[in-house]
Amino acid sequence: MKPVNQKAWFLILPVILCVAFSAILPLMTVVNYSVQDIISPERRVFVGTEWFKSVMRDEDLQGALIRQIVFSLSVLAVEIPLGIALALSMPAKGWKSSAVLVLVAISLLIPWNVVGTIWQIYGRTDIGLMGAAFAKLGFDYSYTGNATHAWLTVLLMDVWHWTPLVALLCFAGLRAIPDAYYQAASIDGASKFAVFRFIQLPKLRGVLMIAVLLRFMDSFMIYTEPFVLTGGGPGNATTFLSQYLTQKAVGQFDLGPAAAFSLIYFLIILLLCFILYNWMQRVGTTDESGAAHG
Amino acid sequence: MAQITLDLAHAYKANPQRDEDYALLPLNMAFDDGGAYALLGPSGCGKTTLLNIISGLVKPSQGSVKFDGVDVTARTPQQRNIAQVFQFPVIYDTMTVAENLAFPLKNRGVPADRIKARVGKIAEMLEMSAQLDMRAAGLAADAKQKISLGRGLVREDVSAVLFDEPLTVIDPHLKWQLRRKLKQIHNELKLTLVYVTHDQVEALTFADQVVVMTRGRAVQIGSASDLFERPRHTFVGHFIGSPGMNFLPAALAQTAPPGATTLGVRPEYVTLAEANADGALLATVTQAQDIGTYWLLTAKVADGTLVRARLSPEQAIPKAGDAVWLAVVGVHTCYYKGEELVA
Amino acid sequence: MDERRFKKRIVFLILYLVFAILPVYWMINMSFKTNEEILSTFSLWPQHFTTDHYRTIFTDVSWYSGYINSIIYVAINTVISLLVALPAAYAFSRYSFLGDKHVFFWLLTNRMTPPAVFLLPFFQLYTTLDLMDTHIAVALAHLLFNVPLAVWILEGFMSGIPREIDETAYIDGYSFPRFFLTIFIPLIKAGVGVAAFFCFMFSWVELLMARTLTSVNAKPIVAVMTRTVSASGMDWGVLAAAGVLTIVPGAIVIWFVRHYIAKGFAMGRV
Repeated sequence: MKPVNQKAWFLILPVILCVAFSAILPLMTVVNYSVQDIISPERRVFVGTEWFKSVMRDEDLQGALIRQIVFSLSVLAVEIPLGIALALSMPAKGWKSSAVLVLVAISLLIPWNVVGTIWQIYGRTDIGLMGAAFAKLGFDYSYTGNATHAWLTVLLMDVWHWTPLVALLCFAGLRAIPDAYYQAASIDGASKFAVFRFIQLPKLRGVLMIAVLLRFMDSFMIYTEPFVLTGGGPGNATTFLSQYLTQKAVGQFDLGPAAAFSLIYFLIILLLCFILYNWMQRVGTTDESGAAHG
Repeated sequence: MAQITLDLAHAYKANPQRDEDYALLPLNMAFDDGGAYALLGPSGCGKTTLLNIISGLVKPSQGSVKFDGVDVTARTPQQRNIAQVFQFPVIYDTMTVAENLAFPLKNRGVPADRIKARVGKIAEMLEMSAQLDMRAAGLAADAKQKISLGRGLVREDVSAVLFDEPLTVIDPHLKWQLRRKLKQIHNELKLTLVYVTHDQVEALTFADQVVVMTRGRAVQIGSASDLFERPRHTFVGHFIGSPGMNFLPAALAQTAPPGATTLGVRPEYVTLAEANADGALLATVTQAQDIGTYWLLTAKVADGTLVRARLSPEQAIPKAGDAVWLAVVGVHTCYYKGEELVA
Repeated sequence: MDERRFKKRIVFLILYLVFAILPVYWMINMSFKTNEEILSTFSLWPQHFTTDHYRTIFTDVSWYSGYINSIIYVAINTVISLLVALPAAYAFSRYSFLGDKHVFFWLLTNRMTPPAVFLLPFFQLYTTLDLMDTHIAVALAHLLFNVPLAVWILEGFMSGIPREIDETAYIDGYSFPRFFLTIFIPLIKAGVGVAAFFCFMFSWVELLMARTLTSVNAKPIVAVMTRTVSASGMDWGVLAAAGVLTIVPGAIVIWFVRHYIAKGFAMGRV
């Protein structure tokens, strides 16, 4: 399979330096805080795992966690198939291809607080296009008053914002499939669906894994957009984990528990991603060029 | 199995004016049913374009393609019932070897037991019976190419099998094995085979008839010996043979036919001659290489042209710097006007 | 049958594009309305068309310089990210070495913490290094999440190229740098284009770190935009206009890399 070559470490050294510089030092600081009670900048008491235990027992945390998991799974369930479908329907050549590419990418470029702000107005039944349209159609739509509406609006906003990420990855992945595969399929008499199932989807495995992990992680950490749109409400219907963490740290100015929670947060994401990653690896196959890291 | 007749040209632009506008200059050739043909030429000569026109992946800008007399120019590859093996293995990664081979038949609604029998037979022919239940993606490149080939052979009514430089990614020591396998299959199934390559050894060993192409033109169709003995174009003389034909001004030979500008003689037919013999030239040896079964002599003649000769080891071999007389005019010498053969 | 399939795709694409563009149109709409009109009336087109918001942006130095600052550090970050990621991705794709799978996964874990966690430590770190309020500080900080992404994307595309291509090139006498630049990278064009665009995009929209590490000299446009909330309430119109303008650099980037992304895998004669 792949030849063993320890000298390859030189090739990845720059990457490790860049990332470790940014990651390890702050991480050490966080760990440091998480096991101390910081009463004031001068007075710190070592409390061990005290914060971790209290955090895990918090009921509000459990609520936010469940809401978060449901949200992230919904995001994946909608954005992955939609993104693939979009990538398949985007033209591959010519000026139309470039135009569609730019149009699709626009939603990714808008700063996240602006996204939330625009959707705030967009969803208002009195002054916003979408809200007015829903009202006209007879729905009693209110993302501020109705918890389900708020939830669905946040989801819709996320789908609008991030599906292009999946689509762009899949689009690039589709372009990387040599023509010969389509020619061979045509000669073999394969139907369009067979081409998708046996050629396109398997060849998209690599980019789909990146797309799934990225969207899962980012949706699990989502903060700005829902915060700007609904502020976490009504009630705590759209208060996801990130906002919960910020409330705890900023609102109550408790660095110790906040740091402890940050670590737990990180470990949850790590665990879930690790499971996802290994599951996707096992479902995939290894091929001659050694693509898998199973 | 089909006889393929081609009467076409293919141009890049709508109104071709000059030779350069054509990917394929007008040609007219026929491939007999059950014959093995090779399209041989350097990169960019148009051989893959021609292959794709035969298979239906490309439509010629003018002219027609006929299978057994039926005009198929408008038909897709699937409709023409051809099979094509590409430069790199094209297999369905998620399927096993057996499923790969069965795929074309399944798509045509062939009953399951017939599929199984046919897959078994082809697998045996390709010596892959032991690997039928293995995941196709995990096999080596030569096995994958055999699967690609197998998918083409598995259809009983396949009209022709086309190969586009299929041995490119195969390890050198496995190439001859695959070539031999292809020859075997040809003898057994008597299919029409068309094989594209830039390697003359592959072409000459595989095919009964070779089409030599250069810059969009099919310059000669013939058997290996035709191409060797009487190349109809200087390109063929130069391209076939290792090393290629020597070319000298025709004026050097008294027996040259009128109008001839160049004479060509293969190194195999250049011999050491007596001084001032008829049809011999004075030359200075620049290099003498011992190839093993023969010596390759390179010598420079009066006007600076290099002439190469293959000499058998039994005679006395001149050394570098020696002056020698080389017989270049003989029964095997060909005469050319411009690039075309005249005698 | 093929015709109908084709039509369904076009219809689906058009429907999605409409869905995608409507909020953008609404934002453009808002950018030309006065704040009063935005908050009081529903109109598909500004009743009192005004370019005041755009004028504010183009004439106020802090807005204008915000764009420049953002472009500078985003460009630095994208270049560095790609430069370090390319060799690393090649190593992961082609070789097996001690700890390779673990490092590969570890890279991604750097994206798994909410950036809020890093704010205080980064602040302390860059203050110590005397790099506060510089473009390079933000560019370096953003390497945290962009480098792993670039490595993952590039590795995926590189692994799709059969190793026979590498071997054939060596047999043909190519040196490694020449092979990498003239043969390999053109083959993974789509991956490079996508990686470049995503690095640009994630760095461009990142707010927390960029705001924390800058104050005056390197303040990016995303931070300037949060100033739109003042005592008199949110300046919706200016925010919308700024939003419209932030799309422009990204659209230009994607326009430039479009050929990379859309180019197929042209496996020619090697």
